[in-house]
Amino acid sequence: MTDPAVVSEREQKILGIIETARGKRAKFRDERINMAHGAGGKATQGLIEGLLAPAFASATLDELADAATITVDDVDLAITTDSYVVKPLRFPGGSIGELAVNGTVNDLAVSGARPLALSLSLILEEGLAAEALKAEVEAIARAAREAGVEIVTGDTKVVERGHADGMYVCTTGIGRRDPRARLSPAALRPGDRILLSGSVGEHGTAIMLARGEFDLDAEIESDTRSLWPVVDALLEAAGPEIRCLRDATRGGVASVLNELARASGVAMIVRERAVPVRPEVAGAAEILGIDPMYVANEGKLVAFVAADAADRALAALKAVPGCEVAAEIGEVRTEPPGMVLVETSFGGKRVMDQLVGDPLPRIC
Amino acid sequence: MKFVDEFRDPELGRAVSGEILSLVEPGRHYKVMEVCGGHTHSIYKYGIDDLLPANVELVHGPGCPVCVIPMGRVDDGIAIAHEDGVIFTCFGDMMRVPGSNGSLMDAKAAGADIRMVYSPLDALRIAKQNPEREVVFFAIGFETTAPSTALTLKRARAEGLKNFSVMCSHVTIVPPVRALLESPDLRLDGFIGPGHVSTVVGARPFEFIPADYGRPVVIAGFEPLDILQAIQMILRQLATGRCEVENQYKRVVPYEGNLRALEVMAEVFELRPHFEWRGLGFISHSGLKLSAAYSELDAEERFAVPGVRVADPKACQCGEVLKGVIKPWECKVFGTACTPERPIGTCMVSSEGACAAYYNFGRFAREREVV
Repeated sequence: MTDPAVVSEREQKILGIIETARGKRAKFRDERINMAHGAGGKATQGLIEGLLAPAFASATLDELADAATITVDDVDLAITTDSYVVKPLRFPGGSIGELAVNGTVNDLAVSGARPLALSLSLILEEGLAAEALKAEVEAIARAAREAGVEIVTGDTKVVERGHADGMYVCTTGIGRRDPRARLSPAALRPGDRILLSGSVGEHGTAIMLARGEFDLDAEIESDTRSLWPVVDALLEAAGPEIRCLRDATRGGVASVLNELARASGVAMIVRERAVPVRPEVAGAAEILGIDPMYVANEGKLVAFVAADAADRALAALKAVPGCEVAAEIGEVRTEPPGMVLVETSFGGKRVMDQLVGDPLPRIC
Repeated sequence: MKFVDEFRDPELGRAVSGEILSLVEPGRHYKVMEVCGGHTHSIYKYGIDDLLPANVELVHGPGCPVCVIPMGRVDDGIAIAHEDGVIFTCFGDMMRVPGSNGSLMDAKAAGADIRMVYSPLDALRIAKQNPEREVVFFAIGFETTAPSTALTLKRARAEGLKNFSVMCSHVTIVPPVRALLESPDLRLDGFIGPGHVSTVVGARPFEFIPADYGRPVVIAGFEPLDILQAIQMILRQLATGRCEVENQYKRVVPYEGNLRALEVMAEVFELRPHFEWRGLGFISHSGLKLSAAYSELDAEERFAVPGVRVADPKACQCGEVLKGVIKPWECKVFGTACTPERPIGTCMVSSEGACAAYYNFGRFAREREVV
């Protein structure tokens, strides 16, 4: 019978090895691209950190921020790009066009930049009904008006039947850095508090149900919206004390927390009870065997705020229309670095790891 | 009553925890095995280990039907998937199980038409929507999922579908548990009985465990309170010298099981003389195949499969993990050469696998009270 002390020492050693491996830069060793590479989890990270970033050798790119800063004549511009391949094109609460505008605007917003203008690239499938295209164009125009951005340039391509799932949309967004913002993924400090702007899991779940693969009926709508008003309110209330903001899209809140824990070399603890989830989403997620923390959102952000500014930041958040259930969900700690822990609603603790692959269909 | 929230109540959890503490004999070490992958997942997801004294150890057994599929069987599936015109359908977890030359997910990336489904009826629908293609459903699972496969086959027959077949890798729960109990390197005090398979087979088939092997069994539900209560019930049996099958999951599991489901299964399936289990070797009468009456819907009759027996990689200790002999982190390649992104054995692939569950949830070391 092995000495329990020796056994325990071995367990610690293994845990140490895993933690070291987690801290290393990911490598890209796959022979082919598979669906996991698009999921926003570890495989995506491997692709970006192991292939793309090293190849393009840019210090700016290496920051792997949602939007990059380019300074021109002392003006800090932010630039971001995105592509939208969601299926079906229309779903409860929105459509690919709305996602395209809001998603791009949000990447700028959470980087602390006021969104100004978008370029719009359309890849259309041969046979796409004009009515469908008109509906999307209308949706894009409406979303752009609501978000206060102009579509200033674009491109159109048509590909043969069987490609592009009806339509793909690609965008580039330009914004101007807001002077109130001092945001960086490496800025998190132990003691910082973690705020969430609303309930999670709605967009991804709405998409899954809209694909009609399950005999499940639920009143769940995508939460797609521009986050600039939310960011504006936070910057106004707590400007320099906001360490970092992230929109919790592909991979959900769990992915955001893991990315930032790694980037800042800190630990995080999340209180499961505090995370707002609508009952319909919780119910659908139970049946489908999914954790809402990993499901994409298109109108929610996570804010990391210095401890003494957290209360006023949360108050400011809750005052923004649509953010009434905003909540503090956890805090940043020192140990164990790079890891996100969960205090489960039942009382035990566990690790909230990054997604490996994609259990969900394409959702953005 | 919401049927979920009550069973996750932390107050009640603490109360049951307290009762467990009072039932534990000081200085005695207890090993309790859960046989069901769903239980393993719940245990880690809710951090149930945290609520037990350190001398109550939970051991993870072979209740994950994905984990036990040997590599050769995955290769067979991939071979069928690569046939001209085939649409190969399977459950999500099966996609990443390593064969000897990649998984179904890799085969999909290489061009095979492999589609994830949530139910065999989805596969049937695909067959009806694609009459010019051959649709194959890779059927896995214990008696839990076998009835839905059986009903799907009956429906396919009734609707006269000519382009649908099933590659049957269903397994049964009793033989591997018996094989485990026969194993000389195993020492267990009790079992948390599987909660889903027993909705089909009932509690009765587990009577052999107390009768022939003198170990108490408590069939449990999947909520954290269910599992804690089942552990408490096992410890209470041990403390009072009882040894029987108890049913904690009475709200779902009937003693006799689901007779209609069992009838349908008996009509559509028969037992294979033996079936190979990853890490456990060949076990007789533990796997199902389509009965002679349904052989024209059997994918293994319709397609030529390699049927090669591929030995588990030398480094892989999945077998010992499945038998509960070693803990995941005691495997020589756990967390190093074998991770969820690059799994060697299937214990790391399936979200129900003991290694994946431990890697994802249980890595955080905890201080626990030693009684």
